[in-house]
Amino acid sequence: MDAFIELRGVRKAWNEGLPNQFWAVDGIDLDLARGCVTLLTGPSGSGKTTLLTLLGALSRPTEGRVRLAGEDVSSLPERFLTERRRHNFGFVFQQFNLIRGLSVLENVMLPAYPLAPPHGELRARALQLLRELGLEHRSEARVEWLSGGEAQRAAIARALINDPPVIIADEPTANLDTHLSMAFLAIVERLKAQGRTVILSSHDALVSEAPVVDRIVSLRDGKVVG
Amino acid sequence: MLFHPAVMALLLADALSLVLLLPAGVFAVRLLRHWDLKSGSARQINLERQTYLIATVLGFVFLVQILSLLLLVFTADRLAVQFVGAMCAVGTFNVNPFGFPALFLKLALFFLAATWLFMDHVDNRAPDYPLTRVKYALLLVVLPVATLAALVQLRYFLDLRADVITSCCGSLFTGSKTVTAELAQMPPLPAMIGFYVAAGAVVLAGLHYLWHRRGALVFSGLSAVAFPVAIAAVIAFLSLYIYEHPHHHCPFCLLKAEYGYVGYLVYLPLFVGSALGMALGVTLPFAARAATLRPVMERVMPRVVATATGLFFLLIMLVAWFSWRSNLVLL
Amino acid sequence: MRHWIARQRYLIDYTVAALARRKAKNAGLLAVYTALVFLVASVLLYSHALKREAAYLLQAAPEVVVQKLTAGRHDLVPASYIEKLRDIRGVRSVEGRLWGYYFDPLVAANFTVMAPSDRALPAGSIAIGEGIARTRGAAEGDVMAVRGYDGALILLRVAEVLPQSANIVTSDLLLMGETDFQALFGIRPGHYTDVTLSVAHPREVRKVAEKVVLLLPDTRPVLREEVLRTYEAVFDWREGIVLTLLVGAGLAFAILAWEKASGLSADERREIGVLKAVGWETGDVLKMKLWEGALVSGFAFLAGFTLAYWHVFTFSAPLFAPVLKGWSVLYPDFSLTPAVDGLQLASLFLFTVVPYIAATLIPVWRAAVTDPDTVMR
Repeated sequence: MDAFIELRGVRKAWNEGLPNQFWAVDGIDLDLARGCVTLLTGPSGSGKTTLLTLLGALSRPTEGRVRLAGEDVSSLPERFLTERRRHNFGFVFQQFNLIRGLSVLENVMLPAYPLAPPHGELRARALQLLRELGLEHRSEARVEWLSGGEAQRAAIARALINDPPVIIADEPTANLDTHLSMAFLAIVERLKAQGRTVILSSHDALVSEAPVVDRIVSLRDGKVVG
Repeated sequence: MLFHPAVMALLLADALSLVLLLPAGVFAVRLLRHWDLKSGSARQINLERQTYLIATVLGFVFLVQILSLLLLVFTADRLAVQFVGAMCAVGTFNVNPFGFPALFLKLALFFLAATWLFMDHVDNRAPDYPLTRVKYALLLVVLPVATLAALVQLRYFLDLRADVITSCCGSLFTGSKTVTAELAQMPPLPAMIGFYVAAGAVVLAGLHYLWHRRGALVFSGLSAVAFPVAIAAVIAFLSLYIYEHPHHHCPFCLLKAEYGYVGYLVYLPLFVGSALGMALGVTLPFAARAATLRPVMERVMPRVVATATGLFFLLIMLVAWFSWRSNLVLL
Repeated sequence: MRHWIARQRYLIDYTVAALARRKAKNAGLLAVYTALVFLVASVLLYSHALKREAAYLLQAAPEVVVQKLTAGRHDLVPASYIEKLRDIRGVRSVEGRLWGYYFDPLVAANFTVMAPSDRALPAGSIAIGEGIARTRGAAEGDVMAVRGYDGALILLRVAEVLPQSANIVTSDLLLMGETDFQALFGIRPGHYTDVTLSVAHPREVRKVAEKVVLLLPDTRPVLREEVLRTYEAVFDWREGIVLTLLVGAGLAFAILAWEKASGLSADERREIGVLKAVGWETGDVLKMKLWEGALVSGFAFLAGFTLAYWHVFTFSAPLFAPVLKGWSVLYPDFSLTPAVDGLQLASLFLFTVVPYIAATLIPVWRAAVTDPDTVMR
């Protein structure tokens, strides 16, 4: 099967040109196939999160090539990179990063605003996603009032609103208890069943031992160690 | 006459535009030297970020210029009462040799900014930004024009002194010089023929392009020619028809309430149509060399040409309508 | 196009919600912004209305006023001049006027004294303007004492208080008969303060004035258009000075706007990071922020302008009247005719909204280029 995301000799520097410059990602070759669940793991500071931003087209590599669905995106300017990101990736952040003051529904609809679909259609799609995640009754609630598990499901709904083929989740279980972590893994299974590619970063044993994970990539000091 | 409120507003507008444009010029030089889209270096990413700022600044300058162009004309009209012999804005612009050049430079800036924004619009649709260097070289043309426009306008207002009563000899012999109240103009018939031929040619060239997808440059060139011809036509005959007065050849009074603001109706299609045509004409030769822009231009060009053609057609209809409806018989 | 509009609507939706969420922060800026628009608009509207008022008054004034000069000073015009002026071709009518100023020590103000030619006031009776009636507490039928040129007390009966009208100048007017006028100021009969000419055709005014000087070399004709021109210039200049004084306020406002726009709270910064991460592009955030500026500006502009309109046309601009009007001490109570035009609106826009946008442009851009991966760091 063709690799959906391909990394070749990718490096990413922080504090570029400054005395404290260091390579957060230091020469990684990686192929991720469609429809697989991949887990990035490693101690904190090993470059998991930076690698996620590179895989998810959130940032451009300092050196090396990134190919997405066969297209070289490593030197795409932001305007176009964002375009690719919108259509290919949905993100679930560790802190969920819902926008306070807005309702759950509005938060879920947010990523679609720049694409400007008809409002009724967008709203229906958002409600449908919330229904699937068992959050429909909270759709008008402000996000501050959500519990940790609810906030994560709202964040997942938001990640899915543009129907991306890839879902990226950064430390998804870090703020959840065991019960909610299991619930999350169940959702990952559903996503996989829908044919989506899932990329997780975690150092939670619960995740790395989960049967849904197809592949584990271990990182240390910005390099793949297994 | 620096203490006139509208003059102060105009000078402020220029000052603000320049304050934002000058750093943009410095940036343009840096970009021309270091632009390398292939690179993921921090410098390149910073340059790319700054292009957003520059585009926003140009948009701002463009809008401010439109506003200040209008205000300059309003001001000249209002000030006419303070100059012996000035009947309206034309007289005020004639008070010293910097009046009309200030106006022309503002017009030039309007068209340049419109061209820049159009080029930017097109360029932003190809992932390799093929026009970036051209764009920033053009910015280095915009900058001196903007500076010159600001300076000439300043000079114009500095040299503008109202013919007021002074306490000693007070009366009219201090202001025995009078200003020319009218513009030089063509006789109506050649102006009429010229206008309908030029504007008609633009419409025909536009239709030709839309049918055969050829000859866009000809269209652009014609619309650039049609602009001054149309202005000459406004002065030579349209103004007469609208004012219904055989000697009032003013292109500015059209904007006044007395004449139902018809000037906006005439100038809007003329300015927008010409700006689109000219912007396309400047962009086209550069865009043709970039393979990535081909699909973009194929999408953008017919829309631009259709809009401009429609506007020129509207202009012809409007001019014909105002001429026909008028009670004045010229020919 | 539909797509473009839909997109702007989403951006506006978002920015309205964002503004509503940070009411406290925005209210302060909005108040200052509105106040600035109010101040500038008041100055512009008020002086424009005054200019219109002056122009309106002058419409009724004679085309040419002829004054006699002796040793470069204004002197009385002998009646013989009037006959000579009547012979100039193009002059429709000639009239000698008697007028002057009387300083009233009681109220410490100057009255404009006139012997009107179009109404004959019997000896010993006067008509007074509403301002004089107010300050002297005089009503119809009262007797007013004035001191003549030789120190003698002259008693005059108030026959009429002139109705308050929309114009400025009747307020301090004191009208009396010709003989009373001559007695008050010690003017020999057959002499006038100045002479007015009315000219049949407006194009001939300058020609007539030239002939006047040729015929009577010791006179100076003052043309109506020149007076109008001078008024305009003086009012413009006053207006300009007041606006210059407001520059400080404008600058302070621009700094405030800059501060507010660049001083993003950690919360806002994170919010923009989130937007970028979930698929908004720098251009989208930039547009959203510019919409925010446009909405704030639009609100402040409308509110400030409306307030200024009330201030000027309903309450006669109590804040600026003393500086801008610069008339005599007796301010008439009058309301101005509302007058707004494109020049004022465009000037106001350039004075307030354009500097605001210019001041916020760079901070807004800086916020918009926040890296999308900040939320993951």
